[in-house]
Amino acid sequence: MTTPLAIEPEKPEKPSAVRPRRRRAAVVLALAAGTAALFVLTVATGSHRVPVAEVVRVLLGGAAKDPRWTVIVEEVRLPRALTATAVGAALAVAGVQMQTLFRNALADPYSLGVSSGASMGVAAVVVGTGGVAGSFTGDLAGLGRVGVVLAASIGAAAVLALVLLLSRWVRSAVTLLVIGVMIGSAATAVVGVMLVYARPERAQQFVMWGLGSFGATTWPDLRVMLPVVGAGLLLAALTAKRLNALLLGEDYARTMGLNVRRSRDLALLGTSVLAGAATAFCGPIAFLGLAVPHLTRVALGTSDHRALIPASMLAGAFLALACALLSQPPGTDSVLPLNAITSLFGAPVVITFLIRSRRGVQGVAS
Amino acid sequence: MTETLTETAAQPGIRTGGLETEELTVGYRTRSRSSRAVLSGLALHAAPGELTVLLGPNGAGKSTLLRTLCGLLPPLEGRIRIGGADLARTSPAALARRLAVVLTDRVDAGLLSVRELAGLGRHPHTGFTGRLTAADHAAVEWSLKAVGADHLADRPAAELSDGERQRVLTARALAQEPEVVLLDEPTAFLDVPSRVALTVLLRDLARDKGLTVVVSTHDLELALRVADAVWLVDRTSRVHAGAPEDLIRGGAVASAFDADHLAFDPLTGTFGLRRATRAAVAVDAPADVLPLVERALAREGLSVADTGAGADARVSWTEGSRFTLVGPDARTTEAHGFHELTRTARTW
Repeated sequence: MTTPLAIEPEKPEKPSAVRPRRRRAAVVLALAAGTAALFVLTVATGSHRVPVAEVVRVLLGGAAKDPRWTVIVEEVRLPRALTATAVGAALAVAGVQMQTLFRNALADPYSLGVSSGASMGVAAVVVGTGGVAGSFTGDLAGLGRVGVVLAASIGAAAVLALVLLLSRWVRSAVTLLVIGVMIGSAATAVVGVMLVYARPERAQQFVMWGLGSFGATTWPDLRVMLPVVGAGLLLAALTAKRLNALLLGEDYARTMGLNVRRSRDLALLGTSVLAGAATAFCGPIAFLGLAVPHLTRVALGTSDHRALIPASMLAGAFLALACALLSQPPGTDSVLPLNAITSLFGAPVVITFLIRSRRGVQGVAS
Repeated sequence: MTETLTETAAQPGIRTGGLETEELTVGYRTRSRSSRAVLSGLALHAAPGELTVLLGPNGAGKSTLLRTLCGLLPPLEGRIRIGGADLARTSPAALARRLAVVLTDRVDAGLLSVRELAGLGRHPHTGFTGRLTAADHAAVEWSLKAVGADHLADRPAAELSDGERQRVLTARALAQEPEVVLLDEPTAFLDVPSRVALTVLLRDLARDKGLTVVVSTHDLELALRVADAVWLVDRTSRVHAGAPEDLIRGGAVASAFDADHLAFDPLTGTFGLRRATRAAVAVDAPADVLPLVERALAREGLSVADTGAGADARVSWTEGSRFTLVGPDARTTEAHGFHELTRTARTW
């Protein structure tokens, strides 16, 4: 028999900070394992299937039973998988930085026209020198690749700075998104005009590049892209503390002693380099940068950038590899445009977000 | 005696600690040369251990003053000292260890727990990576406990009520371990119990932790009751400083806030409706009911006659809030409850 006034058993003191930390570690471990598995799978699949065990053997530095497999893995599949990994991480982290910088849940390099700015830079190089990295690597020496990345980054930075300036007057996330789309189409229009002056076959190649692909990069491309993306990711990781201070808005950040202008410049630099490098080699890629930060925040249960940035790198790589896999259905020769895949999963994420979150409409980061 | 103490004691007239301003002019720079001063010549002092409340009508410049005091706006002229240090010569990071703020901006930090949100306040104390040490964690727990929000620590910050959120934002400010805390209208969106609770909490924090707390608010009556000192911006952009009673006695409160329909009553420290009296009424009611009858009649523009003489009408109270009314036309009516009383009195 119980009395109605029974004293509640004393609850044991909750080990407060431990549980969220354990959850984050579990998420990061799971993402790392998943990314590694997808990486191997991406290398294994394509028009010619290579057994997974053989893939692992080649990746670990050995030789496959069939020498053709070694060549396929080393010269075709591995560059593609590395590209997907690097670009996925780059776009995701660029998205994290932009969403915090703009305090706008819908910000990412693609949605705010930064990728279009990068395209503009690439188009300028195509018209000027007649080459684009990735799809056109045949005619490019190392310096040309660096030039394309530089031009793409400058184009990205120009658009980003413009949108950043406009965001001072625009409170609503959706309005800013529309402005970003407008700037994007303006940049695309400029590209269209520029291509009139390019050689027809170049223009056609540029259009193919614009559909997005992880499969056009070669080892010489990677030797430029991987260090640039690595530097951008490192820069982002080092600004995690600054981005955390910006979570409450610029005024709060300033009263906590943050040099807001420098933080903004660093985020602008990092985002431009990441988006520029990714776009230069793979074309503008939609939605990865927008969707990955949201999915990662929900998985981690926090907006703390010290966890969010590394986890977004992994999640971005994971999703990009998944898209790469889907874009080359195993056993067939057909290759689907990468942007078709990313849009098919990215658009529903954005729509769901808009419907479910009033905060997104009011203009604040989720 | 330490050197610092001698130094400060050797200069009479310069008070130590807290927040003070010298010949401060606040306002906006419109272009490179021209500027628009909102308040000027301010010599204010907010002392440690005291709750100082900044009051004034809308648009009087309260926010401009507060934003200048916390370094978000540069002063047009003059000096601000935080704990004796000149604000203009203090680096932003060093200032953040002396002064913390709660702003009116609506915050949406996304997916942060209450503990993580308060932990953001450790920003000026943490190293390059922003990792919280054991000492930082202790400071965060202390700040949450200080505002009575330690039971919320694991909740998502986005799910808090308005009152809880202001407490947590106050905790974030405390986690900076400042000497001075500035709050811009922290009670604006709160219901009455939360307002009282937060205001009293701020006073207790000032008292118990020796903090200098400066709060701007619209909640005049509560502020005058709880504040240790008041900075009152009046309509002519002059700032009066002193204890609430000093300002009430000097008439500053009344002149700043009196309006056509509102009059400040210095005795009660509250505002009442100002209405021309239509008639005087004699009231028979026990002492504990009389003020209520007076209130009800005042709403209808009737005053209570001190003596029966000179009264135009009469109201008598009997047990159960039954009133016997004798109107100016000498007709007697019965009224049950205050609502019937006021309805009848309205016809007089």
